[in-house]
This record gives sequence, C-alpha cells and structure tokens, in this order.
Amino acid sequence: MNKSISLVVDGKPVLVNLDPAMPLLYALRSELGLNNPKFGCGKAQCGACTVHLDGAPVRSCVLPVAAAAGRRVTTLAGLGTPERPHPLQKAYIEEQVPQCGYCLSGWIMTAAAFLETNPRPTDAQIREAMAGIKCRCGTHMAIMRAIKRASQTTTA
Amino acid sequence: MDAISRRDFLKASGSLLVSVSLPGAALSQSVATAGKLGGKPPLVPDELDSWIAILPDGSVTAYFGKMDMGQGVDVAIAQMVAEELDVPFDRVNVVMGDTAWTCNQGGASGSTGIQRGGVTLRNAAAEARRILVDRAAKKLGVSTSELVVADGVVMVPGYARQRVSYGELIGGQHFHHKVEWNKQYGNPLAIKVAAQPKDPSQYKVVGKSYPQKVISDKVLGRAEYITDVKVEGMLHARVIRPPNAGCAPLAIDESSLAGIPGARVVREKDFVAVVAEREWDAVRAAEALKVRWGPECAPFPTMDALYDHIRKAKATASQAPVNRGNVAEALKTAHRIVQAEYEWPLQSHASMGPACAIADMNSTEPHTWTGSQKPHYVRSGSARICGMPVEKVRTTWVMGPGSYGRNDAGDAAVDAALLSKLTGRTVRVQYMRHDATAWDPKGPAGVFRGRAGLDAAGKVVAYEFHAKGFSRQDVVQVEADPKDTLVGQLTGWKPKGNLIFQTPAEVYAFDNKRCSWDTVPPMLDRASPLRTGHLRDPLGPETHFASESFIDEIAIAAGADPVAFRLAYLKDERHAAVVKAVAEKARWRSGPNPNRGKGDVMVGRGVSYTERNGTVVAVIADVEVDRRTGRVWAKKFTVAHDCGQIINPATLRNTIEGNVVQAVSRTLFEEVRFDQNRVHSVDWVTYPILELSDAPEAIDIVLIDRPSMAPQGAGEPSTRTVPAAIANAIFDATGVRMRRVPITPERMKAALAQI
Repeated sequence: MNKSISLVVDGKPVLVNLDPAMPLLYALRSELGLNNPKFGCGKAQCGACTVHLDGAPVRSCVLPVAAAAGRRVTTLAGLGTPERPHPLQKAYIEEQVPQCGYCLSGWIMTAAAFLETNPRPTDAQIREAMAGIKCRCGTHMAIMRAIKRASQTTTA
Repeated sequence: MDAISRRDFLKASGSLLVSVSLPGAALSQSVATAGKLGGKPPLVPDELDSWIAILPDGSVTAYFGKMDMGQGVDVAIAQMVAEELDVPFDRVNVVMGDTAWTCNQGGASGSTGIQRGGVTLRNAAAEARRILVDRAAKKLGVSTSELVVADGVVMVPGYARQRVSYGELIGGQHFHHKVEWNKQYGNPLAIKVAAQPKDPSQYKVVGKSYPQKVISDKVLGRAEYITDVKVEGMLHARVIRPPNAGCAPLAIDESSLAGIPGARVVREKDFVAVVAEREWDAVRAAEALKVRWGPECAPFPTMDALYDHIRKAKATASQAPVNRGNVAEALKTAHRIVQAEYEWPLQSHASMGPACAIADMNSTEPHTWTGSQKPHYVRSGSARICGMPVEKVRTTWVMGPGSYGRNDAGDAAVDAALLSKLTGRTVRVQYMRHDATAWDPKGPAGVFRGRAGLDAAGKVVAYEFHAKGFSRQDVVQVEADPKDTLVGQLTGWKPKGNLIFQTPAEVYAFDNKRCSWDTVPPMLDRASPLRTGHLRDPLGPETHFASESFIDEIAIAAGADPVAFRLAYLKDERHAAVVKAVAEKARWRSGPNPNRGKGDVMVGRGVSYTERNGTVVAVIADVEVDRRTGRVWAKKFTVAHDCGQIINPATLRNTIEGNVVQAVSRTLFEEVRFDQNRVHSVDWVTYPILELSDAPEAIDIVLIDRPSMAPQGAGEPSTRTVPAAIANAIFDATGVRMRRVPITPERMKAALAQI
C-alpha cells in the first residue's frame, strides 16, 4: 500500500507516493533520479549508500523511506557544490583520492559528520570512526591524507 | 509546505531520463561534434581518423580502445597525445570504450593501457603532427624544417605572421590517411607510422603530474556510473541463482509473485530471472520467487580439503617454462636441501558494487551499456547470445563500481542482452551483493612447492618450483563468447576455457633451475560459482607469495641476508636496481632481527622482488604481530618501482598505493568460503576485506624513471610483490613461517602457539 511521504532532499522539499517499506536508497535513486548514493550491498555493510538524515549519516539501503518522512536528507551532491565544495570534497580533489569512486558517499558523508563532532581527530580516531566503510580499490592512504587535510582546514 | 511533485523535482534536479542517443559519460560534447563531421572513414585501425580528430576549435579528440578503471590511464593517454601534437594537455579529450568510436585495443587488460594502448595513440598523434606540419609548410610556402609547433599552432620562428593553427589546417575535416596496422585486434594491436615520435629529452607534458578530470565529478556526486544510466522504457531485472551450485530449476511457482506490480519470471533453460517495471518491485520479486531446485550434486570438496584436492587432482595441462641445467642431478650433490609448500585460496573480485548492465537488442540499432572493462567483447557476447551479427551491435562502456579483471560485469552484460531479446524490451540487470561475491569468477587457488639444494658454502646449486592449481582461464578473460558466461553455460553453450597457470617472473641466475606448473580440472564444469578467471594480476600474488617466501627461506637456510642473497643472484641491472633502491630507501640492515619473538607486539621487516611484463618492483614490509590477538598489521611499505618511462608520477603513485593496499587485503583477510554445495562468501561480512583500521601507516615509494625506455605497465605489478614481503616480515618478527594465505589472526595465533 503506497503512502504519501514528504521529505527535503538536498534542500528541496519533495512529495513522493511510495511503499513506505521501500528503502530510502531506492526512493532517491529510482523515484527521484538522484544517482550519487550508490547500491553497494543492500545490507548496510559497505557505506556506498550513505546520506545524512538531519545531519547524521545513515545507510539508506536499509532505512525505510517512511523513516525519513518530514526530515532533511542530504546526499553527496547536496553536501557541497562545484563553487562551494565541502572541505572534504575539496581535500579529496586535491589529494586525487578516488579510483573507481563508487565508495565515496560512504567515506565523505561519514567523515563529514565525524569532523563536525571531532574537528581535530588523531589518526587513530579517524581509523576508528571510519570502521565499516569499504573501499575496494585500496585508496585508503589517500583517504587518510584527505580526511586529515580537511580536518586541518575546517574551523573548529 | 510548498512541496513539489516528483516530476517537478526531476526537472529541477536536471536528472530526467537519459536519452538513448546520449548515454553515459563516455560521450562528451566534443565527440558528439566530431561525430557530426561528415565523411569519416570506416572505424578500422589502419585509418588515422580512427585514432585522432582535430575539431574546428583546434582541440584534439583521441579515440582510445582501452579504458581507465580509475587509475588515470586516460590522463596518461591525453598527455602522450598532447606531447606528440604539441598542444596543451587540456586541449585533448580522450574517448574510451565505445565500440562506435574506438577500435578494439583489448579494453583494460594486463596493465597494458599505456604499454600497448598508449604507444599506439602516441604513434597516431606523431603521425597526425607530421601531416599537419607538412600541410602548414605547403600553405606557408616554407620547408617543414623551418617550422615549429606550439600550442597547436605551426609557425616560422621569428615571423609572427607566418603561422597557421591545427584548427585552420584541418579542424572539422578528416585526415583520410592510412597507417600500417599489424592486422591484430585486442592487446596486440599495433600501428606503424612514417613519423618518428619525439625524443624524450624534448618532453614538456609527459612526465608531469596532471590531475584526473573526472575526480571532481566523482567527489561532488555528479559522475555518471553504469548503475546510473537510464534508458527510457527499460525493464528492471534480477537474476535468480540456485542456492546450491550445479542445481537446475525443476519448478517455478510464478504465483509467488502475485501482488508485486508487473513482476514476472523470464526463463530460458536453466537461466532464471525476474523482471518488473520498477526497480524495487524487481528486488521484491527476486526475494519472493519460489523455485524448486535440484538435484543436489555436492560438486565441491569441503573447504578444509581444498588443497589436498588440488594436490591429488590429475593434471589437465603441464608446462615447464624454465628448465636450465639438470636439477635432479644437482640436488643429489647438494649439501643441504630446503623445501617448503605454500597455499593460496580462492578469492573474489568483490567489486565495490555488484555489476549492472543495460541492453536494448530489439531496436534497429541494438545497443548495450556495460561497466565491463572489455566492452568490445561484451558487444560480441551480447550479439552472439541473441544470434545476431556482431557488427550490428553497439556497446558503450560507462564507468563501473571497480574492475580488477573478469568480474561479474561480463556476466551481467550478457544476461541483459538475452533478457532483452526474451522480453522484447530494453532491460537493466542489476546484480545483488550475493550475485557479485558468491557468483563472480574467482581468483584461482593453488599449491606451490619449492625445493632447493645448497652446497656447503651456502650457494644454490639447484632450484625447483612447481605450481599446481585451477586454471586462470577456466572462463577466459573476455565475455566475447556466451560459453564463457554464466548465462551462456546455463542456456546450453558448452564451456571450454583454457588451461593456463604460471611460474614465477624473476631472473635469479641459478645454474640448475626448473619452474613448472600443472592445472587441475574445475570442481564443477558448468555455471560454477567457483569457476576461476582473471583477478588483478592473474596468478601474480598467488605464485610470488610462494616463490618470494621460498627465496627468503633459502636465504635464511644459507645464513645469508635476504637482500644480499637476492642481489647475489640478480645479474640484470634493472632487476638488481629495484632491490638496491628499496633497501636503501628503507634503510635495510642486514643480520637477524635482535628482537625476534620478543614482547607482546613483535616487529619485523621482509623484502620481496618480482617482475611483470617488463616492470620490476621490490618491496620491503614492516609489520607488527600481536601475540595476544594474532593480528598482523602491515604497518609500513617501501616500494621501488621501475616501469620504464613514467608518464604521470602522481597517478602512478596512487596506482601503486592501491595495488599495495589491495594486496594487503588479499594477503591478510580474503578467502572465499564454501561447503560441498555452495559458496558461503556472499557479502562483506562473509567475505571481509581490509578496512581503514588495518591500512598501512605509510607507503614510501621510490619511482625509478627511465625516460629513454618504452613505458611498461603499472596497474598490477606491485600487487604480486606484496604478499611475500608481509610473510617474510612476519618471519623476521616472530620466527614463524606463514605458508598459507590469508594470514588471519586465528591462523597467526595458532602458529605462534606452536613455537
């Protein structure tokens, strides 16, 4: 049974009429045509589908769209713009981090929320905070450099 | 609340359906423009126009029949082309992987993007420059020797008005110029031209670190992946694999899909899929569908019996590529024999996202879209499974969720083609995680045996290495023939494959040396989730984990320092140079580790060296082994890397880092789990890979640039060097020799408990 659900996606209010059990990821990708959260596993094991829900990272592949009703959803494309990239996006470009880049929503959306709570993390804290996020191309060295670079450029 | 409708949102966010004529990021504006230029000769390798186009604005389009898998090969190609044509780097656009625009250079394959693919583009660009300078000379009434080219403008130095730009000379027209082609397609494709490429001493663009243009799009969430391509009217499909390997569908209860809008079953022989108009409905249908499968055939050994299975299996093919002197006789004279055996498991590509493909096989211009690194072969496979001529089909590559060889993308593409034919619709196949991890072609498992004889002085008098395992081409590396795909094998195409293994790539000058291999039969000969194929650096990490661990064991038995021992037998200057360079950079000190086995966290370092198709690499690993938990942390790597002429040092460094980290993951964490009936590695919990907490703290890279040498490959060679460096470092730290991968905490702890 479909249900009308309103949410705010990357700053725009939208109304969708969907199966409330549909994962938010499918609502964003299939119904709203937003491509940047990726389907990686459908089991909240890899991070590729990560978006912010009212500023906190969630795995949209397992979150029912109904749980996002009335809330702010921010995707990687809504985090920053070409003119005003988020400090992490800027750092990722400067460090030329991604290879395939399919994992980026996981790392950047999680790290963005993490740096909000801990703007000057140690290496060990970064390693711990990024637990559960996958990158198959093995760009972890560059990921570390970029998160550290962003943490040094964000204002506390 | 002023909510806007879904349709308005789509409009506002600019993400309306991609039209069929402009799919994928592969078609940039410049290509579209180039495509409108009339009278283009046919797309064949002996036409210069198949490689290079100059647009009216003087910008250059390079048509590259390989592709970039994220390591920046396209940047290097643009640099090579810009260099030869004397145009700025950002004036070159590289078009990759569309069969309508590029010749079949083999796709991404064997780290040959630059080594083979790039060299062809370099020759084409040099020839284009030669022709343009000839034309300029005629136009300006001077001889070619009086002309120079800068930024795409041909001029007589010192005469400001005697100049003409490439755009003015040819922009918008074709060269209509033949080049000499060796009549081969794929990796061996090569062309000869009259022009002589530049002397490396003149390079201005090659050798510099230009960034990858696509990275900002990726990072800002604006890049289009294969999973994002939407073709109007497409159906969504999910494939249904049997729970137990080798089972066929006996009965399908389509009523189990009742209530899911538009969901239905599509079946051809043993291949089963569900389709629906909306993606979520296809997902639900795949979960809901009830199928009775049978009969169970228990095709696999138990997991703990895998290596014994390989040892006992009858060889299907055997070769001894190295056979020098007389090993058997020399062994008889040996003062001491060293021998050891090593084991490497089956591994999954486990690409970041499961494969996706789209096919429209019913229009007058059939078209498929794929993330496979070999779109020219997807074109053949798609056409053949539908029984249509290959030339009729166009395949467009759109970047995918990571690709390190023959992964699940090759299967998904051919699935989509058949489903399109069967449904009469355009079909998008999206695999789920288990389809990717459990059912992709696997990196082969093997057993490796080394035996060496030392004389009383510790000199190696005999060396023997034997590899035995599943073929690297149980399914061949391309999906050009349905018999090499799951869907083909499920619909009656008889599998064939090739029987290929390998021996170590090194040049140790042992007087009596024999290196040989055997392949063993696949455990299940048809549609097997454990079929083996190419996984990044096919058989490289497997074989060299064993060979370079064994060299270390010989060195230690001979009482020699592992670096000095290698150098004593490496007579080739380039090979010796990487070992010397890595030892110097890492400040290697000879002599046994004074702290071996001491403390709760034991530290040690190990060295390894390998060759791969002209590239030589040496690695020193620094590890920590925690006695309490068994955890191995590969904390630091030092890498010396010589791939000949370097095109782009920054992308090369990132490529090497990726190789090292992925190889750490494969060495310490990765093993496909299975029982006699099925694969149990179905996701990231059951097939764990390295996470950030286990990434090294530092990777120090020494790049040895050889500008006057041809460029070699870098996409894979450092992968094979890493595993033995880790195992050798573990030995240095603990005194324990780990001969089975992955070196998990449980195995490490168990091994430490035995000393």
